[in-house]
Amino acid sequence: MGGMAAPQVAPVETPDTEEVPVSDRQWVTIVWDDPVNLMTYVTWVFQKLFGYSREKAEKLMLDVHHKGRAVVSTGARERMEHDASQLHAYGLWATVDRS
Amino acid sequence: MFHRQSGRYVATFAVDEVRVLRKVASEVVGLLTDGFDHSDPVVGRLFPEVYPDDPRSTAEFRRYTEGDLKTAKIDQAGAILAALPGEAGGEVRLDAEAAEAWLRALNDARLAMGVRLEIKDGTDLGEELDEAVAEDPTSSRVFQLSVYAYLGYLQESLLNALIDGA
Repeated sequence: MGGMAAPQVAPVETPDTEEVPVSDRQWVTIVWDDPVNLMTYVTWVFQKLFGYSREKAEKLMLDVHHKGRAVVSTGARERMEHDASQLHAYGLWATVDRS
Repeated sequence: MFHRQSGRYVATFAVDEVRVLRKVASEVVGLLTDGFDHSDPVVGRLFPEVYPDDPRSTAEFRRYTEGDLKTAKIDQAGAILAALPGEAGGEVRLDAEAAEAWLRALNDARLAMGVRLEIKDGTDLGEELDEAVAEDPTSSRVFQLSVYAYLGYLQESLLNALIDGA
């Protein structure tokens, strides 16, 4: 978008597509509520695996608990499958879906 | 129950506790080796369908990940068996890595028992246990429910020790 005589208008917002291609943003990892996992354990796993703050991890855990499910990560399909398999290693009930 | 002591996670187990932990950890290993069967609801819970509406993609995912996941789960159950004291009971001292393996293994054991015992959201363990005792105090359900409750306390104590120590 070169050009010396750029008119005085607000710059066009360029979509933030360079770092994460659109095709790579269409998947999510979902964690589902289950009656066995301890709430403190689920919070700890979210902090541990995703590096989330205590507050964010707790909020996600409460979403899982009250709404039955929560999106815990978003990104490329391969990445989401990796996240889901990590969550399975910790015994959480995780699935992958299109966002 | 676990507590933190100079960088280690320490608990003392009585004879019965050692026996129970050895039994549940061995059962998990058995489930993941000889008894591995996707149609078993316990296996279904430990290895969830990653694409519930897409069996082909789920099968593909399993082809790439299931071997590693199975090995990880066998290893973490093995971490319990390796650290347990002899039949007479005694102390267990875990470093951070072993403590996390125990945590995941205790969780696997609870998940497996939870499926068998049909634990639901809102199940009151105390009530379940009272009912089972009233029906037959010597039943296997009474024993299984007590073990399930015990594993929950143990897991929580270890988790609290880990969080406090972080």
